[in-house]
Amino acid sequence: MASTETKSAAAVDDSHDLAGLEAGLDALETVHTGRPPLRQTLVQKVLPPVVAVVLVLVVWQALITFKVVDDPTKLPSPGDVWGEVQDAWLQGKLFGYIWTSVSRGLLGFLLALVIGTPLGLLVARVRFVRAAIGPILSGLQSLPSVAWVPPAVIWLGLNSSMMYAVILLGAVPSIANGLVSGVDQVPPLFLRAGRTMGATGLRGTWHIVMPAALPGYLAGLKQGWAFSWRSLMAAEIIASSPDLGVGLGQLLENGRTASSMSMVFLAILLILIVGIAIDLLIFSPLERWVLRSRGLLVKS
Amino acid sequence: MATALAKAADVTTSVEHAARIENVSKSFAGPAGQQLVLDDITLDVAPGEFVTLLGASGCGKSTLLNLVAGLDEPTAGSITTNGRPALMFQEHALFPWLTAGKNIELALKLRGVAKADRRDKAEELLELVRLKGAYGKRVHELSGGMRQRVAMARALAQDSQLLLMDEPFAALDAITRDVLHDELTRIWRETRLSVLFVTHNVREAVRLAQRVVLLSSRPGRVAHQWTVDIPQPRRIEDTAVAELSVEITEQLRGEIRRHGQH
Repeated sequence: MASTETKSAAAVDDSHDLAGLEAGLDALETVHTGRPPLRQTLVQKVLPPVVAVVLVLVVWQALITFKVVDDPTKLPSPGDVWGEVQDAWLQGKLFGYIWTSVSRGLLGFLLALVIGTPLGLLVARVRFVRAAIGPILSGLQSLPSVAWVPPAVIWLGLNSSMMYAVILLGAVPSIANGLVSGVDQVPPLFLRAGRTMGATGLRGTWHIVMPAALPGYLAGLKQGWAFSWRSLMAAEIIASSPDLGVGLGQLLENGRTASSMSMVFLAILLILIVGIAIDLLIFSPLERWVLRSRGLLVKS
Repeated sequence: MATALAKAADVTTSVEHAARIENVSKSFAGPAGQQLVLDDITLDVAPGEFVTLLGASGCGKSTLLNLVAGLDEPTAGSITTNGRPALMFQEHALFPWLTAGKNIELALKLRGVAKADRRDKAEELLELVRLKGAYGKRVHELSGGMRQRVAMARALAQDSQLLLMDEPFAALDAITRDVLHDELTRIWRETRLSVLFVTHNVREAVRLAQRVVLLSSRPGRVAHQWTVDIPQPRRIEDTAVAELSVEITEQLRGEIRRHGQH
């Protein structure tokens, strides 16, 4: 009896030792990662682009002031463009222009998402489908979507469905291809681990393949948005019609017909800002969140 | 060998084997036609038994493990297991989009555990591998040893009777590996699982196993078996472990030498 007691006491002691040893190892080997302080973020991330924008404005103003370009129909001054912004604002049209285009762009993008995602999955997972339409799909990516505007106008007429058709033809291939390359880059180890856990077929796709492919998919979405926005602008410029309302593309075209260079500049600026804003507000945070949560956003 | 068989016989009479590998051969299409990787392997793992598969490169030990795991089909012969075995890899294979706890819960979910019970069960398993409090940790926040322990907890979450381990500690540093040996021995004794453990490290094989199976290379055949009756807990530096390791290493070297002779 006594001997068993000593033995079990020793065993408890032994296991306690192991626990302590392990806790020590864990503490020694764990790396602590945190977010950088706000000040650092401001200096490293916000300051450089602000400097760049200010520099561009200074050069622009200098070109006007020193009469390097002395023709307001070729290059309006920053002040003229600002005046155009104020006019549009005071007439209450500024957000109308932006909203007309943004709402079209986002709705078109969502449609592209709904079509592109299952299409990408099919191409990635079904060998026959990949062999059949994989090359066409990646080829479509290099076709400028402006090329679709004339046929879309002929098929659908000058209306919003034609705009959406052009957006879809631009964005669907990007989204589908992004998902395909995301799926292709899933480490085989994850698939094997999933299979030993019983994640096969649709369950495997849902629990393993889709989340593992998420970074590639997001990159595809980002590119898909850029393509949507570009194709929409092309469509709006080429196919302006009074029934379609004035979006940013039409604004640009109106500026050209009215020979108002400051209006043209305003339109270009707004197109650029919207493109950047959507990226900064939606896609970049989403991408960073995904990468950070997987430990893939490591500072060197 | 005799002891192992005797033990298997008196532990169970109804459930005979955790895994039964009968006359299994496997060949792959290679540049020089069909290449035989495993040749007529027959091996049983008794319930609760800890077996290590030892061999040099090219002995097909990982191939054999994949066959037992059901990830691949044998060319000839048959493999029977009681349910789907759990498999642990050299890399932790934890999913980086899930936390440590959610990784375990995914295994529970795929096995059909009700949602309400998963969290408790996952915490319980984390406690078993002594990672209480790691539930919400992301994979990249864990050290190598902690990742393998979470992987072990996830494998245990499958509630299989057989745990397959494919050199799970090979990528770890010596200190961590030593600790994980103790940990694995403890968990194996607590859970009474059967373990089939692949390694090329002779000392590791002897440190852990009740039975060491040596495979020859190209093609893999069962070359020799040893029953290890050194009482647990053992240490890797124990004299008895060292002595048996010397004997096994001699055999292993003999097997390797044969390949240089033709």
